[in-house]
Amino acid sequence: MNFLSVIWDKILLFFLGIGDSFYLNFIKDNRWEYIVKGLGVTLEVTFFAVIVGILLGFIVAIIRSTHDKTGKLKFLNFICNLYLTVIRGTPVVVQLLIIYFVIFGSVRIDKVVVAVIAFGINSGAYVAEIVRSGIMSIDKGQFEAGRSLGFNYIQTMVYVILPQALKNVLPALGNEFIVLLKETSVAGYIALQDLTKAGDIIRSETYSPLMPLLAVAVIYLSVVMLLSFLIKKLERRLRNSEH
Amino acid sequence: MNTNENKSTEALIQVRGLKKHFKELNALNGIDIDIHQGDVVFVVGPSGSGKSTFLRCLNLLEEPTEGTILFEGTDITDSKTNINIHRQKMGMVFQQFNLFPHMTILKNLTIGPMKLQKKSFEEAKAEAMRLLERVGLADRANAYPNQLSGGQKQRIAIVRALCMKPDVMLFDEPTSALDPEMVGEVLSVMRDLAEEKMTMVVVTHEMAFAKEVASRVIFMDGGVILEEAAPEEFFENPKTERLQSFLAKVL
Repeated sequence: MNFLSVIWDKILLFFLGIGDSFYLNFIKDNRWEYIVKGLGVTLEVTFFAVIVGILLGFIVAIIRSTHDKTGKLKFLNFICNLYLTVIRGTPVVVQLLIIYFVIFGSVRIDKVVVAVIAFGINSGAYVAEIVRSGIMSIDKGQFEAGRSLGFNYIQTMVYVILPQALKNVLPALGNEFIVLLKETSVAGYIALQDLTKAGDIIRSETYSPLMPLLAVAVIYLSVVMLLSFLIKKLERRLRNSEH
Repeated sequence: MNTNENKSTEALIQVRGLKKHFKELNALNGIDIDIHQGDVVFVVGPSGSGKSTFLRCLNLLEEPTEGTILFEGTDITDSKTNINIHRQKMGMVFQQFNLFPHMTILKNLTIGPMKLQKKSFEEAKAEAMRLLERVGLADRANAYPNQLSGGQKQRIAIVRALCMKPDVMLFDEPTSALDPEMVGEVLSVMRDLAEEKMTMVVVTHEMAFAKEVASRVIFMDGGVILEEAAPEEFFENPKTERLQSFLAKVL
């Protein structure tokens, strides 16, 4: 009985204090600026990391599937395998810390750049395997048809295989980018003020965790939902182009 | 000997000692053949006889283990030869059509000439439409492959190869994946090609068609050519026992 009434009091207090709490966490001292700037940093890091991830992922995927199909590029394939094993076998936070404190330990460098490099390299490993599975899923007759017309290996990849492979893996790729957006939330480990860190800073200033952390969660959720919507739309458009 | 050599220099494709060994299978065990301009060579034989492997070796989709293939005087098995140039002159038609599903029919037909022969879109399109007209599919130019029947797909696949203006057409069981009522439309396109003196190498199970269209028929078994003759001779008067029993089963 006592327990229930305590909870009830808390809920009541929360709703009574909601205006005050909002003022304290977001309005006072312009604390909302933390959130806006943090969101900017999160989006910036995600956007450029996606680009790095796509570039790396495609290169690795093409090397690996070329090796799978033809047995060539043994050395490059070995390097790629090493990269995939290490990146997928260690936590992204550890990778981030190593890149910041070890690799760039003695250089003054923008933390955003460090985060882009770390998350890009990390994402590239996952993109690579997604794209490779897409390439391998295309019937080998498609490859032979391209080659028999006179296209070389690269041309066949670019004109025939990749467009089809990409269409097949678009949902998985979209998902990877959503995961990446959320993963950047650990950027606070190198004191980069991203969205999560912004909420945490407010929390530590106001000693009221609920509002700022809830706000951060809602913003992540909104961005993810927007991204999912856009990816679905793109998927539908690509599918329509086939019939 | 001398006449033989003279003949071989003018051969469009000259195959000597062609062998292809897969890991646990010797698919080809020494093939020698000359294919001349205007020849319509049909290759028949039981499954596993190596006939498809032989055809695929001709444009190096399969890399021969041994032997040489001279195409228009160039040894294409030489690793210094740029095979991509020569493949443009060898059209290939597959059992499974292998049209590019993400492109319209017109794009399927024009991408090769535009990217490889640097033709303008208008030029490539005009040629594609002329050929589509001939196979009766001009109205499907903007359709996607998945919207077509098997017979239509295969006719498009033939046109795609023809758009490159090849000197020889290779057919790998072009009607084997088709419903029976669609075989005729594909064969009629091939018949037209043969009548225009296109050089053709056809792997098929359509014996009646071979008899009608071929200039030479080749019987393969166990990775070698067992018998070769003009169609009448081949079907009416088979010499080897192996061919006799094969024909008895398939005719």
